[in-house]
Amino acid sequence: MSKPIGSLVAAVAMTTALTGPAVAEEFKIGVLLPFSGVYAALGEHIENGFKLGLEHFKDDLGDHTVTMVRDDTEANPGSSLAKAKKMILQDKVDAMTGIVSSAVLAGLRDTVDAAKVPLIVANAGNNMMTGERCSPYVVRVSFSNGQVNRPMGKWVYDQGKKKVYLMAPDYAAGHQMMEAFKSTFEPAGGEIVGEAYPPLRGVDDYGPYLTAAKATNPDAIYVFFAGGAAIKFVKQYHEFGIKKDIPLYASGFLTSAAYVHVEGEAADGITSILHYTPNIDTPENKRFQEAYQAAHGKVGSEFSAQGYDAARLIVEAIKASGGDKEAFKTALRNASFNGPRGPMKIDPATNNVIQNVYIIKNEFKDGKVHQSVLDTIENVQDPVSGCQMN
Amino acid sequence: MLTDGGFWIVQILNSLQLSMLLFLLSVGLTVIFGLLNFVNLAHGSLYMLGAMIGYSIATATGSVWLSFFGAPVAVMIIGAVLYKLLIERMRTAGPMNQVLVTFGLIFVLMDIARYIWGTDQLGVTGNIPFYGTIEVFGQFYPSYRLFIIAVGLITYAVLYVLLERTRLGSEVRAGVDDGETASCMGINVEATFFGVFLLGCALAGLAGAIALPAFSATPDMGVGILVPTLVVVVVGGLGSLKGAIVGSLLIGTTLTFGTALIPNFAGIIMYALLVAVLLLKPEGLYPVRA
Repeated sequence: MSKPIGSLVAAVAMTTALTGPAVAEEFKIGVLLPFSGVYAALGEHIENGFKLGLEHFKDDLGDHTVTMVRDDTEANPGSSLAKAKKMILQDKVDAMTGIVSSAVLAGLRDTVDAAKVPLIVANAGNNMMTGERCSPYVVRVSFSNGQVNRPMGKWVYDQGKKKVYLMAPDYAAGHQMMEAFKSTFEPAGGEIVGEAYPPLRGVDDYGPYLTAAKATNPDAIYVFFAGGAAIKFVKQYHEFGIKKDIPLYASGFLTSAAYVHVEGEAADGITSILHYTPNIDTPENKRFQEAYQAAHGKVGSEFSAQGYDAARLIVEAIKASGGDKEAFKTALRNASFNGPRGPMKIDPATNNVIQNVYIIKNEFKDGKVHQSVLDTIENVQDPVSGCQMN
Repeated sequence: MLTDGGFWIVQILNSLQLSMLLFLLSVGLTVIFGLLNFVNLAHGSLYMLGAMIGYSIATATGSVWLSFFGAPVAVMIIGAVLYKLLIERMRTAGPMNQVLVTFGLIFVLMDIARYIWGTDQLGVTGNIPFYGTIEVFGQFYPSYRLFIIAVGLITYAVLYVLLERTRLGSEVRAGVDDGETASCMGINVEATFFGVFLLGCALAGLAGAIALPAFSATPDMGVGILVPTLVVVVVGGLGSLKGAIVGSLLIGTTLTFGTALIPNFAGIIMYALLVAVLLLKPEGLYPVRA
């Protein structure tokens, strides 16, 4: 009995040797996402997308494998840093991904940079992290706050809206998004007639802000809110009957696919801008949405798409590296592919993604909100603002 | 802006709406506080459960009206279970232990809600009673908010009659005023406390259910509302209905006009008011026990 088995093993060994010299490498990826706390929903969307991405593109890995280590960041920079250090030192991960909160990202930046372990950012949009605080080891596949708002200033002006009132929550993202809007709206000739920055948390009632905004008689209002604040804001804008006099333009997070169904009729007529909307008409997006909806029973949001693209980026880099872990790090910065949101490419000058940004129309009909692409601004690239790669 | 009459009318209605929501939450908390010095920090979580259960009822039956009745009852039952399992034995454990246990309860209830309802934003959009916009003195105003105001005022009226005109009311007032003597007079203070606790739970559930159509629900919504509710209780004075309504109106008005007129200070204005009241009247505006 032992002899035939022995020759069988020898035969298998020979065939393997013939088919490829590559050593099958294991790539260990640390997933750092909020699974509890205020951003828990986003963590879930990104992880679902990430897992789907690994599943869809696993054939591209060849003999290599990807394993995941996951941990909860909440929205806490301190404990997230400890967890990232554990992943780097103890689990010896080859790269990390996730990161919803920009504060968590800012806390991890120096550690990741010193340890030379790449961090693929799947959400946190703070401009500075691909600007003056950029690092060769921080690669952003999601968006920057400037990128997904900057084109809107000129676009809104071109719609004949010369006087605009701005509103966003009082934290870094809110201010960066409004500044980006202004940076193209004012040079085009537009006038900002007023601005309000309500506190990030604890505002249940935007009524007072809306009444004050209306009193300045703008041609349009441009806002950014996300999550529960976005739902409250949209409902209240609708209920106060302002929309028929003053149209609402917004960062697309206001009407995110993650919760636009909760806004319902109130979202009707809002024009928004974002790097993803579930109805982009490409084969990649169709495949993503069909699989995502079948698995989770809900539409894949921009957060799910970001997780999906983070997985795709890792797979592409592994493929390009041929299993060499140093080459993998460089390959992450040179990747380009067509994701659900369209063509995307990492900009080696900033490590931020270059991608299309979409102007989205929200319409309420037959009891549902329909989101359609009104206009596409192609290949939006961030300026190199103070980023020096070392 | 300031000379526009419409601006003031809308803001007054806004502050009334916020005040009424705060009133529904704080009245239960203040009476529980006052009656047996019990600190229930998990009161905000009952508000969250009211919204969540209201969501489930409204989506399952298609009737938002039904959720206004079903959610308070369900939250009252949850309150009864919590009372029997936990709160009853914490009654004599001292305020520090009560704070720790009910603070922990916030997280337990939040995670249970996360497990059952998930982490996404939940909301109801169809069949909302009084939905739409109506004209008040030439200003457009969401009619559902007028409904919230009405619910708050009706609740106040019912509670007023209950506390001032019924035997149960006098037992509650006696219990708050001097529990030991009341119990010597043959009043079952324990049973009274249980009843009041359940009523407080039901009102928190009602607040959650009626807030749902106007806002949206997440498992952590109970944490955000807790702080203003506690401020209302402290400003109004422990244990009094009058304190709860006056405190709610004061905080609701301050928050609303504060955000409209001096938006840069919106985050601290409530605390400034709290500090002012604590300096001038440390026992609150209408304390039951002076």
